Amino acid sequence: MSATPSYNFAYLDEQTKRMIRRAILKAIAIPGYQVPFASREMPMPYGWGTGGVQVTAAIVGPTDVLKVIDQGADDTTNAVSIRAFFAKVANVKTTTHTGDATIIQTRHRIPEKQLQAGQTLVYQVPIPEPLRLLEPRETETRVMHALKEYGLMHVKLYEDIATHGRIATTYGYPVMVEDRYVMSPSPTPKFDNPKMHMSAALQLFGAGREMRIYAVPPFTKVVSLDFEDHPFEIQHFSEPCALCAATGVYLDEVILDDHGGHMFVCSDTDNCEDRRAAGHRGALSGEVLEAAE
Amino acid sequence: MTDSPLLRVSNLSKYYGARLGCTDVNFELYPGEVLAVVGESGSGKTTLLNCLSTNLEPTSGRAEYRMRDDVWRNIYDLSEAERRFLMRTDWGFVHQNPADGLRMTVSAGANVGERLMAIGDRHYGNIRASAVDWLGRVEINEDRVDDQPRSFSGGMRQRLQIARNLVTSPRLVFMDEPTGGLDVSVQARLLDLLRGLVGELGLAAVIVTHDLAVARLLSHRMMVMKDGRVIESGLTDRVLDDPREPYTQLLVSSILQV
Repeated sequence: MSATPSYNFAYLDEQTKRMIRRAILKAIAIPGYQVPFASREMPMPYGWGTGGVQVTAAIVGPTDVLKVIDQGADDTTNAVSIRAFFAKVANVKTTTHTGDATIIQTRHRIPEKQLQAGQTLVYQVPIPEPLRLLEPRETETRVMHALKEYGLMHVKLYEDIATHGRIATTYGYPVMVEDRYVMSPSPTPKFDNPKMHMSAALQLFGAGREMRIYAVPPFTKVVSLDFEDHPFEIQHFSEPCALCAATGVYLDEVILDDHGGHMFVCSDTDNCEDRRAAGHRGALSGEVLEAAE
Repeated sequence: MTDSPLLRVSNLSKYYGARLGCTDVNFELYPGEVLAVVGESGSGKTTLLNCLSTNLEPTSGRAEYRMRDDVWRNIYDLSEAERRFLMRTDWGFVHQNPADGLRMTVSAGANVGERLMAIGDRHYGNIRASAVDWLGRVEINEDRVDDQPRSFSGGMRQRLQIARNLVTSPRLVFMDEPTGGLDVSVQARLLDLLRGLVGELGLAAVIVTHDLAVARLLSHRMMVMKDGRVIESGLTDRVLDDPREPYTQLLVSSILQV
């Protein structure tokens, strides 16, 4: 069988890519502003990254190197299939190494390794509108963005403190971009919010079902919202990664048995592998056999 | 009351296509003054209130408002941003149905604090202290501050709505049947509270009601509307005790005597 003669490069036709690129350019020109675009149906269900895939398809070129992560991991279903998809329809090189990638499509995480100029981070976004759960009317939220009326966003944070004694929002934590637009960082943990601030990499956000694209250009101010007496804080972990002993990274809890056994491991698998290759060892990395308790 | 009015309305008319909403309404409202607009259903009371509060654009006429810096502005010439800012700082709007004016899914404290956050207050402790203070002033117990208004009774919801509107110390409040749908003892308590607050804060208010008792208790002046026109206006006691127009006489004599 010949090599996929039926697909245009990167799956989408050239006019569609052109339309998406125009939306992306507008989004870059107005950081944090949600640009409507004519989202296409993709060969995957909504919620699996149709927006991110369309953005990636519109910007990917033959010389690009693509990395796809899902919850920080390169080896989960979503990541593996999107990587395979682009390897097939665009014949691009793929990698799992953050440093080697020119385009990183992500769901729910920003890589631990600091991104460099020239790299592009593409987020998959389920709900682009940060005000949605407070104000159901789209017409109203658009006016609120236009007039910079963001008091409502603080109502949500107020509710958090009133109910939990602290700001309990842990993911999708709203940010103010370049002192103008309040933006949802997609459901990344708030741990990653500081990485968006003044990042050297271009950050693009695609929401397929909601038909919105927005962007944070390199070196843009991204500030998490908070109260003066309840400042923004990221999550802290009491123990290091059980495999690579990393601290100051985002950890996933893994259940080991049904007796309450659990371990914390790096959510960013590439970062964890790099550290282990460099000789770091965690408590459960398996190099030294220990007697079971 | 000062000698300069707060709101000047001249020749205000609203047509829905060919149909008349209200026409040729003229009045001046002074700081601290309460004006009641009475009349039967369909007489144009609510149309007038919606025009005054800029929810509706009138077909013709002007309404000038004296801003806090004493500059007169036609409220229909304000930009949308200015109008919305006015609505959440210097003005208030109390809806007949509290669910229209409240956020039913956030706590009472956040409902009261929303306006403060909208004008840039970013200190949780201060916002909460104001919310608790205002709940106290509308006789809602402090321990209900974190409850959602959907767990409140009708009277409590209405009082919460009033607190939410008054927290930014507005100078002008619009009320659309504020006691409608409440039973009489709750009505009496709410009226008592409103009268106290209006007097204490020096609020100017435009109250739309079909209940003449509400007008009698709260307002200084009243306008009687019929078929979209103001047919009689004057001091409340004068209009109610010595009605001149046949329709007003009918209205006053229709009050049930117990």
